[in-house]
Amino acid sequence: MSAVAGTHAQDHHHGPARGISRWLLTTNHKDIGSMYLIFSFTMFLLGGTMAMVIRAELFQPGLQIVQPEFFNQMTTMHGLIMVFGAVMPAFVGLANWMIPLMIGAPDMALPRMNNWSFWLLPCAFLILVSTLFMEGGAPNFGWTFYAPLSTTYGPPSTTFFIFAIHIMGVSSIMGAINVIATVLNMRAPGMTLMKMPMFVWTWLITAFLLIAVMPVLAGVVTMMLMDINFGTSFFNAAGGGDPVLFQHVFWFFGHPEVYIMILPAFGAISQIIPAFSRKRLFGYASMVYATGAIALLSFLVWAHHMFTVGVPLAGQLFFMYATLLIAVPTGVKVFNWVATMFRGSLTFEAPMLFAIAFVILFSIGGFSGLMLAIAPADFQYHDTYFVVAHFHYVLVPGAIFGIFASAYFWLPKWTGYMYDETLAKTHFWLSFVGMNLAFFPMHFLGLAGMPRRIPDYALQFADFNMVSSIGAFMFGATQLLFLLIVVKCARGGVKAPAKPWEGAEGLEWTVPSPAPYHTFTTPPDVK
Amino acid sequence: MRVHAQRVGALSGGLLFPALSMADWTVNMTPGVTGTSNDIFDLHMTIFWICVAIGAVVFGIMFWSIFAHRKSQGAKPANFHENTMVEVLWTLIPLVILVIMAIPATATLIDMYDTTESDIDIKVTGYQWKWQYEYINEDFGYFSNLTTPSDQIRNRQTKGENYLLEVDNPMVIPVGKKVRFLLTANDVIHSWWVPDFGVKKDAIPGFINEAWTRVDKPGTYRGQCTELCGKDHGFMPVVVKAVPEEEYNTWVADQKAAAEKERELTQKDWTMDELMERGEKAYATACAACHQVNGNGVPPAFPALRGSAIATGDIAAHIDVVVNGVSGTAMQAFGGQLNEADLAAIITYERNAWGNKMGDMVTPKEIFDYKNQQ
Ligand code: HEC
Ligand code: HEM
Ligand SMILES: [Cu+2]
Ligand SMILES: [Cu+2]
Repeated sequence: MSAVAGTHAQDHHHGPARGISRWLLTTNHKDIGSMYLIFSFTMFLLGGTMAMVIRAELFQPGLQIVQPEFFNQMTTMHGLIMVFGAVMPAFVGLANWMIPLMIGAPDMALPRMNNWSFWLLPCAFLILVSTLFMEGGAPNFGWTFYAPLSTTYGPPSTTFFIFAIHIMGVSSIMGAINVIATVLNMRAPGMTLMKMPMFVWTWLITAFLLIAVMPVLAGVVTMMLMDINFGTSFFNAAGGGDPVLFQHVFWFFGHPEVYIMILPAFGAISQIIPAFSRKRLFGYASMVYATGAIALLSFLVWAHHMFTVGVPLAGQLFFMYATLLIAVPTGVKVFNWVATMFRGSLTFEAPMLFAIAFVILFSIGGFSGLMLAIAPADFQYHDTYFVVAHFHYVLVPGAIFGIFASAYFWLPKWTGYMYDETLAKTHFWLSFVGMNLAFFPMHFLGLAGMPRRIPDYALQFADFNMVSSIGAFMFGATQLLFLLIVVKCARGGVKAPAKPWEGAEGLEWTVPSPAPYHTFTTPPDVK
Repeated sequence: MRVHAQRVGALSGGLLFPALSMADWTVNMTPGVTGTSNDIFDLHMTIFWICVAIGAVVFGIMFWSIFAHRKSQGAKPANFHENTMVEVLWTLIPLVILVIMAIPATATLIDMYDTTESDIDIKVTGYQWKWQYEYINEDFGYFSNLTTPSDQIRNRQTKGENYLLEVDNPMVIPVGKKVRFLLTANDVIHSWWVPDFGVKKDAIPGFINEAWTRVDKPGTYRGQCTELCGKDHGFMPVVVKAVPEEEYNTWVADQKAAAEKERELTQKDWTMDELMERGEKAYATACAACHQVNGNGVPPAFPALRGSAIATGDIAAHIDVVVNGVSGTAMQAFGGQLNEADLAAIITYERNAWGNKMGDMVTPKEIFDYKNQQ
């Protein structure tokens, strides 16, 4: 309570600045969190629009809407924008808002750097998106930008793409440093590491992953930059270089990257399921260890993306075994969530609906992941729509549903009002049906032999592609509803109490809703 | 319209009874026609059923909780939040399942990697956007290009049965023999895939990868390039014809004779008209993907040849670009890909088509001499 009273007194002197400078110059974790979230949703709509272009072209066989050159730019930009623009910033936004509130800290440890790491992002994406209007078009080599397609054969805009990646990398690394500094130094007295909420734990581990691999990404794009502009031959076979080296370096970044996109969602789901089951999280300690194990193993599996590249047999076997191994801690997490629900007292508000869908659909993505890990079978699955189905099952219900669940869970805390539950449930069911309609048939397409990244396809793939496109349009249109719900909630409605969810636990629910501009200026006591 | 009516019917049928539905609605991998593809299919089905079993247990418990432990049903939350025994079990059981799964997978992988003792070796080279097949023991080779007409792709003509999966010269192999593929690429990375064989391997510039197959059933098998390789990545299919051994031997003899004929073509005396006629055709297969049939190209990636400085300039420079390519760009060295007659015909055609009116020509013999000087 003292925290609340203190906040109130401070409001008069240290309230938000007015006008644009509030947002440009802010060092407040809540403002920066909001900006991250708004930016992320904007990018989600932009990347989603590109997905709609892709699905519209694939609605029927033949070339109807776009040329193959532009199609490749769409797949590439869609992937890059979703990964670096929508998912990663959304989690940084959630971290900004919630980590200080969850550990009883007044703000992030490095507030000025926080401002800087946000404002770098719009710059990076302005550069990236502007390549669409450059001569020769935007990057068209896939979000994995394999050399030499992206170097010797890349469009002139590739150098701008490299620059944009560098800026995003700097932003992510600064964000990660901030999370680590905050979590390690600013916890309220009494909050030991093993008392931290799961969301804080998973973000701490994610931050270490980010610091470990973003420099690797920076390294690989720098090598590309040298090959393109300064005559080196890192990846150019004609000059004695090695195109396969590119893939090793890229995936050494790329595999941990997929966990960077999912671990914070694991954390959020581990907050939400207990809240709506009215029961403590099952196996907290094993959740923490499983997250750590996943993070460590994620450095040892990168070549499972390269089974057809011609890795020697021993390497092939090593990466197959390591990948199968990573399924074990992932399974532990799923079992823990189910055990938390088991014999709870369940209600199904929107956050819980998204959380349950997360567990089910992410598991399906995990199952297809297990199938992909069987190296001989991967020879058939690799680079087909089966893979597209797999990673959308982990990214859309995983990362994106995790973000929606978090947004609905904490919206009352952010805005001070309850969102419209009926609309939110509609948003859920339309997303759920649309998502499955869009992505489940992709398994069939892949197994029937349809390669990924193609603008046109043979006739036997026509039917499922049409179904998939219809589902995609449905899913895409539904996301506008989310915008409506959030805007409506921010503008007013039923006042939210400090703790709107009966079963929710944690320090964030001890401050009023909306959370005052400054919270926990005097640290709370954690028993 | 009829197709759509069928589709709606098939959709409802396919969703309800996937196993009964029509070919268009196939939902599973096919076992294929080789030992490898059958092994892979078995692995695929095993791991699939393992996933189904685990899913049934986990989702079963979850749905039971959703059904029975609802607050609205008056459920009171239990108090437990850990149980070492259960946690150890659900770590160990999946581990054991995975070890069991890894054993057959390892065996299959070892078999797939055994490329020794092959009967026939074929070098497969990926180009933007076609495949080259060289029978290295027999001393001949050729290119395999997509033949689906652009009018079908652009929806001006109804699409044929093998839309996008048809080529001018398929690879031909004998049944029952171990065929080894040596894969590489000339420009960017491609990947050579025939689903029915269970063979997919990347073709990487500067590397030679190996794969093998032994096909028992004669037939025509179709696949595609599976590594994004630029604009026409979706338009470079793989077609392999597996034929009985005698038929294969006759085919090889024919190919060798044809190769000999081509060499004779170089010596023949050509007229301008003959060259223009041959050039138009050869240009359409070898060059139009980038420079377009009308010579306008797709600037800036692929320059126009209509009115271009090279095609309307010094003929020696023109020959040099086509024979040696422009290194570091998509313009390949065609000297090794096309025979002298085609090279001469294409160059002559480019200098005199689409309003380029140079009026000069180059003969196959001159190209032959030019290549030998280098
Ligand atoms: C894979 C795409 C591709 C194909 C196929 C291709 N070219 Fe090119 N071509 C290019 C590119 C790219 C350039 C520009 C090279 C440069 O930057 O100088 C070019 C340049 C040229 C030029 C020089 C044009 C000028 O004015 O600078 C000529 C002549 C030419 N090509 C002829 C051919 C012929 C003949 C063929 C068929 C045998 C062919 N090309 C096939 C991509 C291609
Ligand atoms: C709005 C719903 C979405 C639809 C309809 C959609 C559709 C697609 C399709 C059809 C492809 C395959 C393109 C091709 O191979 O030709 C694709 C690729 C991809 N998508 Fe999505 N997607 C959606 C959301 C997302 C989200 C939320 C993410 C990530 C968080 C994502 C990440 C990717 C990535 C990384 C690729 C690979 C791009 C590449 O091949 O380089 N997508 N998407
Ligand atoms: Cu991976
Ligand atoms: Cu390709």
